[in-house]
Amino acid sequence: MARTGGRKRDRLRWSKLYTFSCFRTPSTDEAAGPSATNGSAVGGPGFSRIVHCNNSILHRRKPLKYPTNYISTTKYNVLTFLPKAIFEQFRRVANLYFLLTAILSLTPVCPFSPVSMIAPLAFVVGLSMIKEALEDWRRFMQDMKVNNRKVSVHKGDGEFGYRHWEDLCVGDVVRVEKDQFFPADLLLLSSSYEDGICYVETMNLDGETNLKLKRSLEVTLPLEEDDLFKDFRGVIRCEDPNPSLYTFVGNLEYERQVYALDPFQILLRDSKLRNTSFIYGVVIFTGHDSKVMQNSTESPSKRSRIEKKMDMIIYVLFTVLVLISLISSIGFAVRIKLDLPRWWYLQPQNSNKLDDPSRPALSGIFHLITALILYGYLIPISLYVSIEVVKVAQAHFINQDLHMFDEETGNTAQARTSNLNEELGQVHTILSDKTGTLTCNQMDFLKCSIAGVSYGVRSSEVERAAAKQMASGAADHDIHVEDVWENNEDEIQLVEGVTFSVGKTQKSSIKGFSFEDDRLMHGNWTNEPNSSTVLLFFRILALCHTAIPEVNEATGALTYEAESPDEGAFLVAAREFGFEFFKRTQSSVFIREKHTSNGPTEREFKILNLLEFNSKRKRMTVILKDEDNRIVLLCKGADTIIFDRLAKNGRLYEPDTTRHLNEYGEAGLRTLALSYRVLEESEYASWNAEFLQAKTSIGPDRELQLERVADLIEKELILVGATAVEDKLQTGVPQCIDRLAQAGLKIWVLTGDKMETAINIGYACSLLRQGMKRISLSTTAGDQVAQDAQKAAKESLMLQIANGSQMVKLEKDPDAAFALIIDGKALTFALEDDMKHMFLNLAIECASVICCRVSPRQKALVTRLVKEGLGKTTLAIGDGANDVGMIQEADIGVGISGVEGMQAVMASDFSISQFRFLERLLVVHGHWCYKRIAQMICYFFYKNITFGLTIFYFEAFAGFSGQSVYDDWFMLLFNVVLTSLPVISLGVFEQDVSSEICLQFPALYQQGPNNLFFDWYRILGWMGNGLYSSLAIFFLNICIFYDQAIRSGGQTSDMASVGTTMFSCIIWAVNIQIALTMSHFTWIQHLFVWGSIGTWYVFIILYGTALKSRDNYQIMLEVLGPAPLYWAATLLVTAACNIPYLIHISYQRSCSPLDHHVIQEIKYLRKDVEDETMWKRERSKARQRTKIGFTARVDAKIKQIKGRLHKKSPSLTIHTVS
Amino acid sequence: MDSSNAAGTSNGGSGDGDPAAAARRNTKMPKYSKFTQQELPACKPILTPKWVVSVFFLVGVIFVPVGVVSLLAARDVVEIIDRYDDACVPVNMTDNKLGYIQNETISKECTRTLTVTKDMKQPIFVYYQLDNFYQNHRRYVKSRNDAQLRDYKKANQTTSCEPERTTADGKPIVPCGLIAWSLFNDTYIFNRGNENLTVDKKDISWKSDREHKFAKNVYPSNFQNGGLIGGAKLDSSIPLSDQEDLIVWMRTAALPTFRKLYGRIYVDLKENDTITVKLDNNYNTYSFGGKKKLVLSTATWLGGKNDFLGFAYLIVGGLCIFLAFAFTLLYVIKPRKLGDHNYLSWNRHPAGR
Repeated sequence: MARTGGRKRDRLRWSKLYTFSCFRTPSTDEAAGPSATNGSAVGGPGFSRIVHCNNSILHRRKPLKYPTNYISTTKYNVLTFLPKAIFEQFRRVANLYFLLTAILSLTPVCPFSPVSMIAPLAFVVGLSMIKEALEDWRRFMQDMKVNNRKVSVHKGDGEFGYRHWEDLCVGDVVRVEKDQFFPADLLLLSSSYEDGICYVETMNLDGETNLKLKRSLEVTLPLEEDDLFKDFRGVIRCEDPNPSLYTFVGNLEYERQVYALDPFQILLRDSKLRNTSFIYGVVIFTGHDSKVMQNSTESPSKRSRIEKKMDMIIYVLFTVLVLISLISSIGFAVRIKLDLPRWWYLQPQNSNKLDDPSRPALSGIFHLITALILYGYLIPISLYVSIEVVKVAQAHFINQDLHMFDEETGNTAQARTSNLNEELGQVHTILSDKTGTLTCNQMDFLKCSIAGVSYGVRSSEVERAAAKQMASGAADHDIHVEDVWENNEDEIQLVEGVTFSVGKTQKSSIKGFSFEDDRLMHGNWTNEPNSSTVLLFFRILALCHTAIPEVNEATGALTYEAESPDEGAFLVAAREFGFEFFKRTQSSVFIREKHTSNGPTEREFKILNLLEFNSKRKRMTVILKDEDNRIVLLCKGADTIIFDRLAKNGRLYEPDTTRHLNEYGEAGLRTLALSYRVLEESEYASWNAEFLQAKTSIGPDRELQLERVADLIEKELILVGATAVEDKLQTGVPQCIDRLAQAGLKIWVLTGDKMETAINIGYACSLLRQGMKRISLSTTAGDQVAQDAQKAAKESLMLQIANGSQMVKLEKDPDAAFALIIDGKALTFALEDDMKHMFLNLAIECASVICCRVSPRQKALVTRLVKEGLGKTTLAIGDGANDVGMIQEADIGVGISGVEGMQAVMASDFSISQFRFLERLLVVHGHWCYKRIAQMICYFFYKNITFGLTIFYFEAFAGFSGQSVYDDWFMLLFNVVLTSLPVISLGVFEQDVSSEICLQFPALYQQGPNNLFFDWYRILGWMGNGLYSSLAIFFLNICIFYDQAIRSGGQTSDMASVGTTMFSCIIWAVNIQIALTMSHFTWIQHLFVWGSIGTWYVFIILYGTALKSRDNYQIMLEVLGPAPLYWAATLLVTAACNIPYLIHISYQRSCSPLDHHVIQEIKYLRKDVEDETMWKRERSKARQRTKIGFTARVDAKIKQIKGRLHKKSPSLTIHTVS
Repeated sequence: MDSSNAAGTSNGGSGDGDPAAAARRNTKMPKYSKFTQQELPACKPILTPKWVVSVFFLVGVIFVPVGVVSLLAARDVVEIIDRYDDACVPVNMTDNKLGYIQNETISKECTRTLTVTKDMKQPIFVYYQLDNFYQNHRRYVKSRNDAQLRDYKKANQTTSCEPERTTADGKPIVPCGLIAWSLFNDTYIFNRGNENLTVDKKDISWKSDREHKFAKNVYPSNFQNGGLIGGAKLDSSIPLSDQEDLIVWMRTAALPTFRKLYGRIYVDLKENDTITVKLDNNYNTYSFGGKKKLVLSTATWLGGKNDFLGFAYLIVGGLCIFLAFAFTLLYVIKPRKLGDHNYLSWNRHPAGR
């Protein structure tokens, strides 16, 4: 398809190459058509933007002033920080309550000194604000990094110079070099390629890794050198900033002509220029106007389940607080009304309105406020601070964990928000992205089947583990897979002497090529019996593709820019086999063949036609003419498609190849069948005429025509063989999935990839396996917009879902596993309100769920469906910008901080650098954090109920007057100093079992999702314990100190001594309680727990010496210390408070021990060392029975091999070496 | 812009081996420490049956003797309590007790006779006990100013002393506030036969109070001068530090029923001794229906006559010994081998997992 006005140059015109493709989206030439409709909108509402190209001066003033390219994702700036942050702080109800009490404490209503109310609040709010400020500062630094990137900008007179991104202005002309990010949304003017195309990687926008083609307008093509921009002027009128990534409406007024613009000319900020040396572009949208920024949504603040429940408890406590305050104030009012007039010693006649016997109701209301403040200790202000502190410490541990440090990228795990640590311990469903998350998006050529012979001895991971297990002779399945993973460095001798080499030492250094078989390597293939077929096979590999070779100028090595990584792997393989593809011209492909009879030769193949791959055709074909002028059609595609098109005489290898394909598929490899056909000149000529006609036809059925014509030639094929490519999983992914499945987690894969790829990956990560019943949901409906077609599609889907559910329901075999695979189109229907619950119900019955071809939005919707439909905690993990929606939607978002693209990480709550770290993040850190926080909160409530209620009881003895038996300072210090550190150490350091055991016994994780440690039973238990303790502390002390002398000197007790004794008892009781709660004492816990008790005595002695104005003066040294009664009371009360809890835990441990109790005991008695078999067996049992995952897969494989062994015992081959 | 490290998408070629980059990465590697890796050595105590039983047993073994000892100590205390508020009201005034107490013209003298029930070793403590008197009322507790008691220069500091801050003409009251104003003012004189039993009123307050909180150079002034007379008047020639009744009174009691030390008698009393108490029944408890009691008591090392502590110790100790046995029994009847893997949840509910 020659274009008019094309200049004659030697350089290759890529667009030309691709015009061979029949199913490309229409080129820009055709886009001129709809521009009439587009153009009409321009200038109207929503389309008011005017950009004066290369004249950015105009955009520095009104009225055409647009935002600069400075981006800011911070929440605050220097000025707004204080008001905004304070506002944020007091949006928390609890803080508001504390603020209110602090304000009230300035009035005479307050029972305490104002300082004791304001100081803790200031501390809490200050701390949170400092945290906010730090987080914002980090964001600011990130922004600065982006804003300070440099880009080459036209500075006038054809001079280009570097400028910071932030200084970029609408209308600027920029020059972007290869592998640079676009600094703003640009209009592509020209590129290093002659016809103004360029390749763009939009990974940061939509997560797709394949390159996208952009093409400039014809008219701007000549602008291809710096100098030419001296006098360049043009006006762009276009739409206003909007978040739609795939649309653009506008036109360019250039040289007195108007040209329509469409998304093909628009380069979006944060995508990357690939494979093109440079481009020139005009800035259209800057900074926050750019599409990517418009797309960025503010990440929602997430709160963990436990925290939400904690709110509930707070409400409960608040109700209790209000209740006892009401009791107090009613009591007070009654007392005032009835008794106060008789209490002459209070001079009731001189009352103020706070206690006026003539107006008891009013006094009662005032007293209500007093009481609310007084009993405020039920709702501990320090709880929030402590939790904050604990979570920051936990996050620090996550960040510092060496086991989650990735040497390759140098990234540690990052808890980006510390709010959700404990939520990690309660995850029910994991929704995972595929590319970049499970896989590295790298293909390795692993095996092939040529002429019915399978080559390639390297085994996939599944086979390796199965073989190992077989070789170890362990007949029972109970050996944990981990043992298989642990030492795979040695070679495995199989029964028949087939040696597997497993181990990293032999890993090939060539990216994309893991093939190993001497029969084909180093030219040995020429000695194979079917060497001509082998030759053909390699030629198909080297010729049937759309890739472009690129010479690395430094090393001279060839690299290939291919549209899909598979093709890259094929080309690398072909090169390694001695068929190096090194040059492509507009019409020819050149390969260098190494192992021909007369030495290395270069061959040229003329490309006649190129029928591209698409998901519907599932095949691609090149028709070429070789040096002998033979016309050959080479076709590669999905096996079913190819097999359908085989000639009668082309089916020679079909049975063997089919067998091999099944084996490859089972091993999780991506397979393609390769075939060829020799065409007669005449046949080709007639077909080509038809093809050209179809191609030039205009109208809606052009595509159909092309497809039909392509079908005509792609038949009568002769099968050559098949390839098996391993979609390289990230390290440890199958193991990780396996363990997560054993921990009882459900894993859904949501991928933008096509169904076949997704299924292959499903196999590779053991989410699918042979023998699983697959329920595939898809719609046949194409792109028709017709209502009835939609309706029909929907109904058919409904039927499919119903059938699927029926199938699951009728299944009798408990071992049967179902897999649900659904594609994006079906998903759009399935996510509609009337169907989503049906869909969800089916999905949760299935062992694994794979959604393919889903859009980012659908990912988020699926996540929401699972989250809301199941009501369980969901975790979404992904690496690309297309996962942002899902990451934000899920209860926990985890971003993979991979090679590039920060969007996912920026939106995430946790970032890890490898999928496999998820296991440790959940099973170890999640488990710990969950238990820690749960126990900590429970204990906190216990402690404050214990303390707060004693204040209330005392009221009943003090005429409900609002007098506290404790000194203000005791009350202040109780939460802040005297009991805070032990509970923080519980929250930070507690470990029920060690990290190894967490990993070895994945079933322990289920304690989190089952919420064993924060259910109402437990919470109420702790509250009851608090209630009991408060009663014990108060009434025992009251009885002991009733009216008698407390010492041999005959002195009686006063309020100070009773209060101090009671407070001592509380300090002892709650600290002993926490010591009983803990199961893990490092020196820190010892220091904090016993130190807290010690601190109390140090404090009371110092305080007693310092403040002469209080009744507590010398209280300890002079009054209580020498009194045996004080010590006796402390001992008695402490014991009395803790005995019920001790009974409870003793009883529970002896009669219904929890798993971690038993494991603790096993460890404690060192039984794991003594009885290794038991330990191993239990470890293997300690997993949820899974139908997915590697273990299940290996079991199935072993069953299969055993079955085979029984059939034909001697000739065992475990894998494809024949 | 550091985009130079971008590798090709899907191509062959060797991996990067840039040592500088590797070094840079490694600097980000967290430093190993037992603390950050959460591997600090820890003791992980476990509640084994042995521990459970021995803890309960130990607590019991300690508590029971303590209980016995305290009970014995409490039993040693001899206590004579005499309620006199009603008895001291003249018969004709029983219907108008308030009128009686408020009428200054009526003599408040009253004589009570006490019989010693058991031998009492000196020192014998004399207490007055008030009932239903809310010394712990917030309005009451607040109503004092410690600064002016401690420092004569701060006599003017009467904040928080409402409503007993100043006299009508604005002079500061020392000691100000309701507590001082309502000072107890009954007095007792003890006789055994004709022998006068001297009540020693020295040292009845805490030493630190006398020495630091009530100064030697602060004298009462304008006290009980206003229209309302509360309780006792103070001799304005005696410094506050020597007004021990006031000091004792100023230590507000925690509960509405309280005893305060009145003085000590350093004479041994024999069983069946008869003691006559001449008392001035000045203090008004009639308006709020409070009882007034005179208490003579000895004390032991543990204090006064309080059986409760002993009983409480016995009960808790007994309970612990019982629990020790109960748990022993439990471990015998329903033994669970420690670390018995059969108790793991997956072994207990094989179907339910």
